[in-house]
Amino acid sequence: MATTILIPTPLRPFTDKKDAVQAEGQTIGELLADLTTRHAGLKAHLYNDQGKLRSFVNVYVNDEDIRYLQKEQTPVSAADTVSIIPSVAGGIDLVEEVRKEAQPAADLPTLTNDEVKRYSRHLIMPEVGVDGQRKLKAAKVLCIGAGGLGSPAALYLAAAGVGRLGIVDFDAVDVSNLQRQVLHSTADIGRPKLTSAKEKLHALNPEIQIDTFETALTSENALRLFEPYDVILDGTDNFPTRYLVNDACVLLGKPNAYGSIFRFEGQASVFATKDGPCYRCLYPEPPPPGLVPSCAEGGVLGVLPGLIGVIQATEAIKLILGVGEPLIGRFLIYDALRMRFRELKLKKDPDCPVCGTHPTVTKLIDYEQFCGVMPAAPEQPAVSQNANPLEITAVELKQRLDRGDKLRIVDVREPNEYQINRIPGSELIPLGDIPKRYGELNPEEEIVVQCKMGGRSAKAADFLRSVGFKHVLNLKGGILDWVDKVDPSQPKY
Amino acid sequence: MTERRLTIDPSVDAAIRRHGEETFPHECCGALIGSGGRVAEVFALPNTTEEGPRRRFLVRASDYRLAEQRASERHGELLGFYHSHPDHPARPSQFDLDHAWPTFAYIIVSVMSGRAGDMTVWYLKHDRSAFDEGTLHGDHNPDSHTAPAVHR
Repeated sequence: MATTILIPTPLRPFTDKKDAVQAEGQTIGELLADLTTRHAGLKAHLYNDQGKLRSFVNVYVNDEDIRYLQKEQTPVSAADTVSIIPSVAGGIDLVEEVRKEAQPAADLPTLTNDEVKRYSRHLIMPEVGVDGQRKLKAAKVLCIGAGGLGSPAALYLAAAGVGRLGIVDFDAVDVSNLQRQVLHSTADIGRPKLTSAKEKLHALNPEIQIDTFETALTSENALRLFEPYDVILDGTDNFPTRYLVNDACVLLGKPNAYGSIFRFEGQASVFATKDGPCYRCLYPEPPPPGLVPSCAEGGVLGVLPGLIGVIQATEAIKLILGVGEPLIGRFLIYDALRMRFRELKLKKDPDCPVCGTHPTVTKLIDYEQFCGVMPAAPEQPAVSQNANPLEITAVELKQRLDRGDKLRIVDVREPNEYQINRIPGSELIPLGDIPKRYGELNPEEEIVVQCKMGGRSAKAADFLRSVGFKHVLNLKGGILDWVDKVDPSQPKY
Repeated sequence: MTERRLTIDPSVDAAIRRHGEETFPHECCGALIGSGGRVAEVFALPNTTEEGPRRRFLVRASDYRLAEQRASERHGELLGFYHSHPDHPARPSQFDLDHAWPTFAYIIVSVMSGRAGDMTVWYLKHDRSAFDEGTLHGDHNPDSHTAPAVHR
């Protein structure tokens, strides 16, 4: 059973100049497979390297586009006429946009003899060369955070000779950071991350200027902090700051070399370039608080930020040099466990609230509120009564256990966390299992739910109350508070 | 491979430039109709891209069909397409390459600050790896001045 296929002009050289040929198959997929067997030259033009029909190849059955039928499964018969119709498309590469904005060579600083030696492996590459290295010397990059992502990114940006490197961070080095935050060493525990970072980066490259900002990034200071820099590198670990960085980048027209990590998965992209999408084009709204765990809650493979942070640094350097294809309009997803990279196409959303054609966000807002995160409550005296009747503090819990009160303690963390530390007498039901295992609990008894810091257990408490449990208390601050205030003999993580 | 030549009538040359200037800062696009490596007529088409017409163009399938129809009505061939690069040089982009069809001539006109400048022609290599630049020839044969201008 042969079906007629109409061939468009540009493909006729592959069908002996015929404008119509015959092929066999029950479906479009089979028909095209047979067609490309008979006329082998067609294959490269119809299919991409992954064996998928190219996006600009339209296939019609009679007058209907197969995209609106059953795609390649669309059945065909001898009575049908199939047409291959090109979409003709083209345009200007995004990288051209960035290149155009790059600084003219005449205004760039010159390289000293020491710098020529230091960067010689760059200078002999045509894509960098002396002019490219001068661009790097003139460039100013601001890293938000000197943690998992900021550490490798800052190290490589400093090594590469980015002339001015800013870092915003207000944390001190904790022993649990050292598994991945390679800017800091064991001797730095307890020191401000910025002090440690500046020492390491200057030891690596004394030629560059390092600006440190020991502050939390806020809506009040973000625009002022970003202003002097060319590229912002987002190494934050929370949604309010991520949206803040994105919006400030859009408002100032500065590219955001974005990365994020969780467990074995990393993501990277370049947001907020002139014609490219921003983080809000992808995620207009933050997830409900507590739904997406942070690395502190969910863990992260130590080497993962090494890879993602270095991708961010690579993108920053490409933007500065104006070479290659930046990750603009592309969202890279890296799966370390399966060792695979995937790429999603991103489009600038014309309705985006911040970078769209009619933006509703025209100045920085309250991002804690936007993300539904309550501002941190002032530290309460350890022995005081907890103001929130749905919560219990570690000290109150200890007092009630010592009194002999009958309390059932449910630990909603994962089994591997339970192995690290636990409250004596607690039983483990991971958060994900609560909906199917709450039958093991008595809705009338008094239950204390607990996790690492109190976020997951708050969700467990909400769920239990929603299914009729009357006395559920959330342990405020989780087991970390318990270890700090009640049982310092246990390890923290 | 020998360099490919494309001959364009002066009216065609003028029509492409005018179209590029009219749509600036957006990209314009249209079909090249003629025969034997000589463009006798351009057929302006709407830019239907949804990705931002300042740096993209798309000729949708139905317009492509119209262009083929028109070519056969004129007893000619569809030789290729033209488009403009607003404020960019007349060099094909990676995006142009990814979307190119074999055998077609691709004319690119650079329109800088609203003024049409360089015009070049490109052909996709057989292995899709790159474009070969062809040569554009103006035709000063007075008989060819009858070629119609841009159609709307």
